[in-house]
Amino acid sequence: MLEVQHLSVNYRQTSVLEDIHLVVHPGELVGLIGPNGAGKSTLIQSILGLVPAHQGQVLLDGQPLRRCQHRIAYVPQRSHIDWDYPITAWNVVMMAQTRAAGWFRRPNRDARRTVWAALERVEMLELRHRQIRELSGGQQQRVFLARALAQQADFFFLDEPFTGIDKKTEAVMLRTFTELQAQNKALLVCSHEWGDALRRYDRLLLLNRTLLADDVPDTVMTLENMQRAYSQTPSANGIDRLSEFLVC
Amino acid sequence: MGSTASQSSSFVDDRPPLATFMLDFFLAPLSYEFIRNALVVGVFAGVLCPVVGTYLIVQRMALLGDVIAHAVMPGLAIANFLNINLAIGAFISGMLSTFVIQWIRQQSRVKVDAAMALIFSSFFGLGVMLLTTLRTQLDLEDLLFGNILSVTVGDGWRTGAIALVILVLVKLFYKELLFFTFDPLGAQAMGLPVQVINLGLMSGITITLIAGMQAVGVILVIALMIGPAIAAYLLVKELHQMMIVGGILGAIASVSGLYTSYYYDLPSGPAIAIAVFVIFLLTLLFSPTQGILTNHPFKRGIESHTKSG
Repeated sequence: MLEVQHLSVNYRQTSVLEDIHLVVHPGELVGLIGPNGAGKSTLIQSILGLVPAHQGQVLLDGQPLRRCQHRIAYVPQRSHIDWDYPITAWNVVMMAQTRAAGWFRRPNRDARRTVWAALERVEMLELRHRQIRELSGGQQQRVFLARALAQQADFFFLDEPFTGIDKKTEAVMLRTFTELQAQNKALLVCSHEWGDALRRYDRLLLLNRTLLADDVPDTVMTLENMQRAYSQTPSANGIDRLSEFLVC
Repeated sequence: MGSTASQSSSFVDDRPPLATFMLDFFLAPLSYEFIRNALVVGVFAGVLCPVVGTYLIVQRMALLGDVIAHAVMPGLAIANFLNINLAIGAFISGMLSTFVIQWIRQQSRVKVDAAMALIFSSFFGLGVMLLTTLRTQLDLEDLLFGNILSVTVGDGWRTGAIALVILVLVKLFYKELLFFTFDPLGAQAMGLPVQVINLGLMSGITITLIAGMQAVGVILVIALMIGPAIAAYLLVKELHQMMIVGGILGAIASVSGLYTSYYYDLPSGPAIAIAVFVIFLLTLLFSPTQGILTNHPFKRGIESHTKSG
């Protein structure tokens, strides 16, 4: 079980996240939603210790997360990656084994088998020798999903995995999520999707600096909650998103 | 018929003189010890610089290399004044510049390119000032443009040792450095000691720059770090291949630069820098996969069309 307690994050004296409290249970698929700039990525990054927290703690089965980082897999936002980097799909997935292999060692046969299986699962095995810049957006996203799988973690954090992907990748991703849930793995997915797509989650976290709602999709997706989330961001973009949401 | 036969026989007769000429062309300069030493330093620096420079390129920090190269100047002046090893002074000063840039970035909204431009010029300015006020015996022109023709046998050994140590370290930490430079957040999330890795990488880059400076000087060393490696970038699809090809191209650039400098009586540092550019230009035009002339947009369009269809 992942527990986030009283997590607050400041960025140059401005509060970005305030007193976040949340729990993710094994086997759960949790969606993290909220307007642009609500702090969704920051929340994931601060849970993972990539952004320093002002206060609060993150526990994994009662232990500080820092001590069990091997149980965590993280898929960063696509925009964080330089897709022109000279590397093949195979070697991106092989990164999952960096820590398990240990210093000075090359990945062994077991590691290669794990990487092979992960690429097969996301249907990217045939393209494994392609340089990543030669892949489509969806294929690139699947390579990163394979990397997370090859880490054989218990908790998966995915930052906007559904952005700019094709139908096939979406299908592969949803199938993989279901399989992971069946294996009692937990997933926290930060997402920009709206409407019916949100019903696929077991639970939704509505975020805008603070956690505004934390419940099953039907309870969270009310007009009142949406207004509360979006009225705090005076950007026109937020209002667009709101109307988009209400149409669905 | 007859004329062809006589032509071909005359061709055969011409061969030995041509071979002798070629042999002479390559061997004549080697009779001078200073050229031999210069070639040793040039080849070691030529191999080492692009290997380490590869990390600068893939992290989009090529200019940071230039900053560090210029920022070693105050350290050189102070080390010379205090009569300690110049390389140590240069290393401390170069590393200090990276810390100051990082500090400015963390403390303010100033973007990294602006911070680099500021630090690069102020460290360089301070260095030139110290060189004159401390009355050091260092020759400013040698520092700026290198003086590979005055290196000693000892310099050759030293450059070789530095190159060997750094290349072994790159090999040992290859997978961690690959992960860190490709996806620093992912590497950190997995629990890799990214701060230590970054510090190690910066140290390696600074030491490499100092080794390369001997060959081509403060201002031109960035050419050897970046040029052969970006030429390789256009030829290969994996990081380690970029390093190997970059290292080979770097050595070729050093050697051809030195020979050009010998035969046409040109300053050696600039000759090497130009050789680097010529090599890059050739790959830009003729790279089998990404060359401008070999991979015309029209042709590429057809290929991608057939691929998708």
